[in-house]
Amino acid sequence: MKSSVIVFPGSNCDRDIGVALEKMQFKNQMVWHKETKLPKSDLIVIPGGFSYGDYLRSGAIAGKSLIIEEVVKAANSGCLILGICNGFQILTETGLLEGTLLKNKNLKFINKDVYVKVFNNNTKFTNKYKKHQILKINIAHNEGNYFTDTKHLDKLKNENLIAFRYCDEIGNIDDKSNPNGSLESIAGIFNDNKNILGMMPHPERMVDEIISNNDGVNLFSSLFN
Amino acid sequence: MKFSVTVTLKKDVLDPQGKVVLNTLINMGMNNLKNIRQGKHFEIEVDEKKQSEAEKKIDEMCKKLLVNLIIEDYTITKIS
Repeated sequence: MKSSVIVFPGSNCDRDIGVALEKMQFKNQMVWHKETKLPKSDLIVIPGGFSYGDYLRSGAIAGKSLIIEEVVKAANSGCLILGICNGFQILTETGLLEGTLLKNKNLKFINKDVYVKVFNNNTKFTNKYKKHQILKINIAHNEGNYFTDTKHLDKLKNENLIAFRYCDEIGNIDDKSNPNGSLESIAGIFNDNKNILGMMPHPERMVDEIISNNDGVNLFSSLFN
Repeated sequence: MKFSVTVTLKKDVLDPQGKVVLNTLINMGMNNLKNIRQGKHFEIEVDEKKQSEAEKKIDEMCKKLLVNLIIEDYTITKIS
């Protein structure tokens, strides 16, 4: 499979995801945000970081960049899109995903390993996970507090568009296991067609037992199914 | 023509920064404080003679970039 990673000034997880994709046998290319053409890709990744120094709002400026028009076109024609952390914020700013990411409830940048539960394992991104499987995965963000209106929240629930929710080690979902105040402990969501996944946790940091664990591996290997 | 745009969080959206500022001011001994909501302020100068046209342009800027309509409200005021 071919993948492209979009790089903005201020992206800082672009190389990590590049390494992870290559490890998972993707043929990967890095694409600078000023490009106006995307290489043919099965998967486009918008990586984590602080694009444009989080000016205005996280992801706001990157969401209007030249390459994003191409990403939107590709998304609408069914290409798989994965937005991680700042990538998730950018996807909400483009409108490809609904809702937004507010400042963490405790106003602090949080960098730690947390637990998330897989809520929909019947998608291109998650089919190798078991339903309700618990993953230990790193988060590193200041604005990860997912918020949306009631109508969209109902839709997320009714149409099974919630990918991951924060939980504790044994899978309890409550205020204590919710690191950033996200609505319904949401850590990741899909769009209607489930070809776009936005998530705050970093699966690309969990593909090597030596430095962390392998809980992110199945997200990438799912894409080959 | 110069305009000011004030962007504030909608009243139902939690504003933790405003809350911290409020608590700090109370700790500093400022009394009779009821509430604080923190927002953003832009000063925008446009090359346009008709006020209605200028306001239309600024409204478009707000909707397309400056404001996240899911969580924020805005007001446009002419300064000069």
